Amino acid sequence: MSNRPRVVVTGLGATTPLGGDVASTWAALLAGKSGVRAVSEPWTEASSVKFAARVAVEPSEVLERVEMRRLDRSEQFGVIAAREAWADAGSPEVDKERLGVVVASGIGGVITILDQYDILKEKGPRSVSPHTVPMLMPNGPAANIGLELQARAGVHTPVSACASGAEAVGYAMEMIRTGRADIVVTGGVEAAIHALPIAAFASMKALSTRNEAPEKASRPYDTDRDGFVLGEGGGILVIESLDHAQKRGARIYAELMGQGLTSDGYHIAAPDPEGAGVTRAIKYALADSGVALSEVVHLNAHATSTPAGDIAEANALAAALGSHIDHVAVSATKSMTGHLLGGAGAIETIFCVLALHHRLAPPTINIENLDPQVTIDVVRDEPRALPAGPIAALNDSFGFGGHNVVLVLRSFE
Amino acid sequence: MALTQDEVLDGIKEIVVDVAGVDPSKIEMTKSFNEDLDVDSLSMVEVVVAAEEKFNVKIPDDAVTQMATVGDAVNYIVSASK
Repeated sequence: MSNRPRVVVTGLGATTPLGGDVASTWAALLAGKSGVRAVSEPWTEASSVKFAARVAVEPSEVLERVEMRRLDRSEQFGVIAAREAWADAGSPEVDKERLGVVVASGIGGVITILDQYDILKEKGPRSVSPHTVPMLMPNGPAANIGLELQARAGVHTPVSACASGAEAVGYAMEMIRTGRADIVVTGGVEAAIHALPIAAFASMKALSTRNEAPEKASRPYDTDRDGFVLGEGGGILVIESLDHAQKRGARIYAELMGQGLTSDGYHIAAPDPEGAGVTRAIKYALADSGVALSEVVHLNAHATSTPAGDIAEANALAAALGSHIDHVAVSATKSMTGHLLGGAGAIETIFCVLALHHRLAPPTINIENLDPQVTIDVVRDEPRALPAGPIAALNDSFGFGGHNVVLVLRSFE
Repeated sequence: MALTQDEVLDGIKEIVVDVAGVDPSKIEMTKSFNEDLDVDSLSMVEVVVAAEEKFNVKIPDDAVTQMATVGDAVNYIVSASK
């Protein structure tokens, strides 16, 4: 273990409900702004849910018209965030055979599927776009980024519902640790704000229906939480071996220390109320990272604002971290971004990187009455300063299917 | 109704600008879709479907395979419209 390469984060990119790039997203996050808004599209008339967290900047404001035509919305988010991340890393000249891409999506190009099915029904099969397959495939965002950067070490797309983005970052880290790549562009995207996904999640009773106050709808840990808010967007990181980063004089944000992966084997959608799989994933992640528990000062929680999920997670965190949980500042940033599904684990990894880099834990908004079952230390309303010296942060993500992913990051001195 | 070469060329220009985002001044009769105008085989399908709709003609797949240049497409559509 000791001779495997260390992995560091050197570039960040994002397009989220809070901003069209990382800087504006982070500023809005620290300011405690909500990215959730009413959606006024014809389908919302019949829908029980009439709001969502749409991206703050439409891709059409950033991309060429031809790119808009040939890329699914999820691919548009991926390309936009990857361009920012690659530029942020200094647009390095690299050996393309040592450059990888691991970018996830939870659902893939669902809007393309639905739009093209409408065209098929209205105008017939000959009118179905020849770009449909490259647009709907879940590996499309990764493939388009890989094509643009000419990445040849491997382009991959792990899929594990709402844990996909975090799983991608972990997979990317392993590509470097195992020597397959020196530098990897990684993260997750999602674009699923459309009548069918909304109806389907609503049918599971997974979504908040707080139509009268959308910006208050995502409220993890509050007694009146009633489900998650569907968000869209994506986050991309550039990670590389420490050696590669230092040789090219790259700016290093933080170090990616380890990951823990488990599965519940409990239910297709409901969380295991004992949270045993989550507890194990945290323990494995800490063991893999070599980080001392005493260094862990921050955690970006999965906390989607569902009644059962938030409590199961909080209990699992307490079980895994024991009495040290009292020294961990927990942020539930979905209170502001909504739930980006396959993009969530990626943007939340970026938030952990920035929290370590700036030594500032982002707030959790909309907690009017803290659920008495929640005993973890939640950062509420205002950002909280993190201590000096070497510090570490955890990012946990879970997906329908019982997937648990925990990433460990540490400040880089 | 028969179409003139100029009418069809103007229509093809509009379609290619829309599909491939190229500068309309680059679109001339002698230009190759694939090599000069960034219209690959997938985008060519879009051009053909849009042209069928715009000019109210049928362009069978085996005719499409013969359309290397803008002129090939324009001439085919002009004669098909007669």
